[in-house]
Amino acid sequence: MRQLGSFPGGLVLDGQKSRSTALAIRKVPLSKTLVLPLQQHIGAAAVPVVNVGDTVLKGQRIAKADGHVSVCLHAPSSGQITAIDQQAIPHPSGLSAPCITIQTDGKEQWAELNPIENYQDCSDHDLRQLIRDAGIVGLGGAGFPSFIKLNPSVHHHVDTLILNGVECEPYISCDDMLMRERAQGILDGVAIMRYALKAKQCLIAIEDNKPEAIQAMKMALSEHKEKDNIEIVVVPTRYPAGSEKQLIQVITNKQVPAGGLPIDIGIVLHNVGTAYAIARAVNFGEPLISRIVTITGKDVKNAGNLEVLFGTPIKDCLTFCETKWQMASPIIQGGPMMGYPLPNADLPITKTANCILVGVEQAAPTEQAMPCIRCGDCATACPVSLLPQQLYWHSKAKDLDKAVDYNLFDCIECGCCNYVCPSEIPLVQYFKFAKTETMNQQQEKQKSDAARVRHENRQARQEMEKQEKERRQQQRKAALAASKAAKQTDKAKV
Amino acid sequence: MGLFKLTPPYLSASNRVTDHMVQLLLALLPAIAALTVFFGPGVLINIGLACIVAILSEAAMLKLRGKPLKPFLTDGSAIVTAVLLAIALPPLSPWWLTAIGIVFAIVFAKHLYGGLGYNPFNPAMVAYVLLLISFPVEMTRWLPVVNLSNIDITFATALQIIFTEQSPYQIAVDSLSGATPLDIMKTQIGLAQTPELIQQNSAFGLLAGQGWQWVNIWFAIGGLFLLYRKVINWHIPFAMLFALTFISLITWLISPETTASPLFHLLSGGTMIGAFFIATDPVSAATTLKGRLIYGAGIGLLTYIIRVWGGYPDGIAFAVLLMNMLVPLIDDLTRSDVYGTKR
Amino acid sequence: MLTAILAITVLALIFGLLLGFASVRFKVEGDPIVEQIDKLLPQTQCGQCSFAGCRPYAEAIAEGEVDINRCPPGGEATIQALANLLEVDVKPLDEECGVEQTKTLAVIDEQRCIGCTLCIQACPVDAILGAAKQMHTVIADECTGCDLCLPPCPVDCIDMVEVPISPNNWRWPDPNEPEPKQVTPT
Repeated sequence: MRQLGSFPGGLVLDGQKSRSTALAIRKVPLSKTLVLPLQQHIGAAAVPVVNVGDTVLKGQRIAKADGHVSVCLHAPSSGQITAIDQQAIPHPSGLSAPCITIQTDGKEQWAELNPIENYQDCSDHDLRQLIRDAGIVGLGGAGFPSFIKLNPSVHHHVDTLILNGVECEPYISCDDMLMRERAQGILDGVAIMRYALKAKQCLIAIEDNKPEAIQAMKMALSEHKEKDNIEIVVVPTRYPAGSEKQLIQVITNKQVPAGGLPIDIGIVLHNVGTAYAIARAVNFGEPLISRIVTITGKDVKNAGNLEVLFGTPIKDCLTFCETKWQMASPIIQGGPMMGYPLPNADLPITKTANCILVGVEQAAPTEQAMPCIRCGDCATACPVSLLPQQLYWHSKAKDLDKAVDYNLFDCIECGCCNYVCPSEIPLVQYFKFAKTETMNQQQEKQKSDAARVRHENRQARQEMEKQEKERRQQQRKAALAASKAAKQTDKAKV
Repeated sequence: MGLFKLTPPYLSASNRVTDHMVQLLLALLPAIAALTVFFGPGVLINIGLACIVAILSEAAMLKLRGKPLKPFLTDGSAIVTAVLLAIALPPLSPWWLTAIGIVFAIVFAKHLYGGLGYNPFNPAMVAYVLLLISFPVEMTRWLPVVNLSNIDITFATALQIIFTEQSPYQIAVDSLSGATPLDIMKTQIGLAQTPELIQQNSAFGLLAGQGWQWVNIWFAIGGLFLLYRKVINWHIPFAMLFALTFISLITWLISPETTASPLFHLLSGGTMIGAFFIATDPVSAATTLKGRLIYGAGIGLLTYIIRVWGGYPDGIAFAVLLMNMLVPLIDDLTRSDVYGTKR
Repeated sequence: MLTAILAITVLALIFGLLLGFASVRFKVEGDPIVEQIDKLLPQTQCGQCSFAGCRPYAEAIAEGEVDINRCPPGGEATIQALANLLEVDVKPLDEECGVEQTKTLAVIDEQRCIGCTLCIQACPVDAILGAAKQMHTVIADECTGCDLCLPPCPVDCIDMVEVPISPNNWRWPDPNEPEPKQVTPT
């Protein structure tokens, strides 16, 4: 039995998973219009390689990666490009960003695919390029380009590849269903990832509230041809066990050093959905054009997990699941602890949308918060051992230096402190605000320092020009005086 | 058009500030009943008076400060301060004593620091100390247990004494009072009596002072109820009682003739109410768990020191206020290692 | 009586010597205050504070001649930082000097520019690129939004444009401010 570690604090939440796990994964009917933001990942937005009016095939590349931290974008279905312009995107700000709009033709005609017969024939570098070109990002919700996390780089190899099938947030069940139905595909992806990372072992972490998924993965593992050094680890259900740093602490009892990455301690963590996508990309040549999304909530009659093409309006998914949403409840992208509300349902599904939640049980009230009574429950609940109360006092007073001193940037914004606060203080909102304010202030400081240097250089230059001018004037004066004197002596001679 | 939160989480635990306070009051009920049984109905009148004055002063201060009345008046914190102060005062204290105390607690010790959540000192204890220092005579006019007193204090009698300072029995109000067991212990030890002998005095019962031992036991039971309902953490009461027991045990083992037993200390005076209800006031206590252990232990230690070597028979109030002063330092020194920073 | 006076005098001398020694031996070398103040100012060199740039304003504050609330581009954050540094009270921004505005950048309309170089000479941070009779353009990354290039331009071809907010530079709203009503999904 593997000895598991644990993290302090955390919460035991009502999972609400059975709502959406009764049915198998269903495919959403093709939508007429697909709106694809050029940036559905962390890093630089992709650059379009098509023009308005072009006809594209399913899986055809429509935007290429820009710079290192970027991935490509592909057409989820065949059709015509009708616009490349600013469209509303699912983002907490409610702002717009550049998007490619495709009018589908219903034919679902595939572009030419290039599957790899045996991935071991490729170099790990080529595999990483392939994964980047396939547009694969972390499908757990953050959207970090996966190929970067498949590079052992200076470490040359990795001890442990951890596959995150924990899915600790209530309501979300897309990873659960993926593990139940496509376990073989996930393990195929694991093999490819281990090869790229030169990982010694792989641990697949699943929470103990998913017995069917555990069973399915175990069965698939026993039949898989590459099962050496792969272990399925069952972790106790506790929010936020699925958070990268906390999961590493649970499984290995080690902590990722502050400001560092898991690879610094020989660990790389990927979502099970990402593993599956990698397998499809390498073994079948299919770029990332769809994902499993959980549509669930109190107001969703026919909740479940759908396989959705990117760019599909959320409205279509909600209608497919017979959602009847009320005015007072928001449409939340993500889970109830870390998701954010969307202004309307016309927004598209993107690579980072793991769940659309309409109607939450035991919803938090929206009344005015009471003052902090210093009960300390927040500190007890924090899985990172922070002091949310101190962070709150300093963020509220805009004393950002003090807040950073109390490890503001180590906060994972899990919401545990907010959940337990008896005064209903919106702690997470204060921390998000404090973080962006601090980063903004740092940026402004850099800019003002640069401006000061430029200004001083300009003054120095002007000073120099003035002195140069004076020197030349003096020279001319001297020359004039000399010539005058010469003339005088000439005159005198004459 | 509805309003909803901009940021997550959209879930919330069901505990609220008001729930905390209501459960606290419930936990106090058995002990208040015990006080009434053993010392007469005076404490109930004091509680009623204190609550009314507390609500009035809180409302007045909220209005003056321009804050909304409804959420703050109904959060229950003023009532809790009032009840705790009323319990801490002698049962037949004059009405003006209670009134001055509670007004000072709410206005000065709470609102002038910023209101709920901002006061560094426990308001009930601030008021208690103010009254103790300003009106020492009235504050030491404790009643003996009812079965020891030959005067029957009815509800009407208590009302009369509290509001008019006249007793109906042609006896001065002064002579109704008697020394508390802690008082007796302290003075008699000073007169070189051994605690064993002292405890044969009629004011003492099986374990500690008559009446007082039961009151403390009921406070302890109320406190355990609060622990069970997770309204308070075990750290402060445990640390305080442990420290008090520890130091009294050591001194008692060294010299049993001149020190009272740990059991006596645990069941006398304000020990149990201090441990479970007063020291655990979240606003003025330490916030980190390690800090709370230090805070509780400090209170226990200081209580014993003041009781034995200080000038007052009971030291809970002063101990709490002194530790309140140290809270910012304790909090700063007991920060736990954030994830990823431990070497 | 005499011994008392003598004793106190001797003590005073001893402590005075000790303090004098400490003030020399343990002197802390730090930034002169003018540098520290200048570091906190936004360096737009706009002159709205009625001084010829940020450095003169910093010097005036160090002398104690002026208040700390005269800088509109710095806004509340700068006033707060200066108040913390100098340990004085925070004051609201002096209305006479201007109001806190969102960040703007200068943009030259290339259709109208005549290549006169007057704006280049005016820019305090050399953020305008160009030469006589050649097209002028503002280097957006270096522009501080100080507005000093607008008056000299003879054809009024420079516009101050607000920095567009995109999802990449959007900031979470201040929870202390009252929340604007959210539009519910339709």
